[in-house]
Amino acid sequence: MIIKILGTGCPNCKKLYENTKKAIEMGQVAASIYKVEDVREIMKYKVMTTPVLVIDEKVVFKGKIPSPEDILKTIFNEMLNKNKDS
Amino acid sequence: MQIFTWLADYVAYNLLHLEKGQHLTSAIHFFIEDTSKIFFLLLVIIFIITYIRSYLTPEKVRSLLVKKGKNVYFAHLLADLVGIITPFCSCSAVPLFIGFVEAGVPLGVTFTYLIAAPTVNEVALVLLYGLFGWEIAAIYILSGEVIAFFGGIIIGALKLEKYVEGYVYENVSTEIDLEVEDVKITFKERVNESFEYTMNLIKKIGIWVIIGIGMASGMHGWAPTGFLAQIAGPGNPFAVLIAVLVGIPLYSNAAGMIPVVSELIRLGVPVGTALAFMMSVTAVSLPETILLRQVIKPQLIAIFLGIVTVSIIFTGYLFNFLIP
Repeated sequence: MIIKILGTGCPNCKKLYENTKKAIEMGQVAASIYKVEDVREIMKYKVMTTPVLVIDEKVVFKGKIPSPEDILKTIFNEMLNKNKDS
Repeated sequence: MQIFTWLADYVAYNLLHLEKGQHLTSAIHFFIEDTSKIFFLLLVIIFIITYIRSYLTPEKVRSLLVKKGKNVYFAHLLADLVGIITPFCSCSAVPLFIGFVEAGVPLGVTFTYLIAAPTVNEVALVLLYGLFGWEIAAIYILSGEVIAFFGGIIIGALKLEKYVEGYVYENVSTEIDLEVEDVKITFKERVNESFEYTMNLIKKIGIWVIIGIGMASGMHGWAPTGFLAQIAGPGNPFAVLIAVLVGIPLYSNAAGMIPVVSELIRLGVPVGTALAFMMSVTAVSLPETILLRQVIKPQLIAIFLGIVTVSIIFTGYLFNFLIP
């Protein structure tokens, strides 16, 4: 699982990064987190508010900072969806 | 708002048995009345604004501007009005800017929105309303809106597109999907989220509001009025100018500064000077400006800052002239 945090480097983006890290530790999820700070890269996801959380190229949160619990819930949901598809 | 005076009366005289007419008593009374009133207003007004905002995402604003904004003056007015209720985190300024330009929103209209959204700050609005009543709060909104409206029109008329970084226009030709699907959130979720946001914001700024009101109530009984009136009073023609130049770098502590500002007004600093100070604290955000450098060239940043600064100084002098 590839998780990306899109943001131009403000405190909100850092907070989202930390919350995501916590979520991964809590859930023992095998995932790699990347920070995306380049505006051109960010715009490819067609978002207008940051910070943004992207799980396997899908935008799951934008313009807000969900708690580690909410992030973990979303990660599990995404995993379930994937298993259904395959 | 009478209820907060009663509360302060009750706590100061019945619970603490303070003596009327003392400096300390009036400072404590002032502190209790203003903190309870302002926290109540912050809770109610920010909750309402956040709730309305949950229906008005930046994507919706963009599609509104593109679809309804055929007439350029109407587009400016629309950007101005939605700017009141949709402030954005300064870190979103860049993606927002690109998103607007990509969809064909004119540069001037984009700037009207970029100026309006932070200029009319809801926390400042609450504090002004709580401390001075609706007239001053209305003046604050109106002057912010006028600055944003004409600031955007000037930037539009100057044809400054050449100062936008080239890559922003690269994607303009691609089809932007303007159909915004309604996010399916239940009423309960909206209320919960708005409440959570409100509480988080109050937690974040609460300490500054308390410090601010604390300082103001400290000055309430003792401050040497003559000294303040001398440096920032009607007698000093440069007061507004100085207030704005001091206000610009103070961006981050806006919430804490405002109760102090309000106490300055009580001590004889003219309304225009105080208003200009407050607007410069909230409207000109250095972090936002630094981020905007990624999409616009220094010349346009300078013009943007120049227009906003000059307009705020002008507003300050205008209100000092109108309400001496």
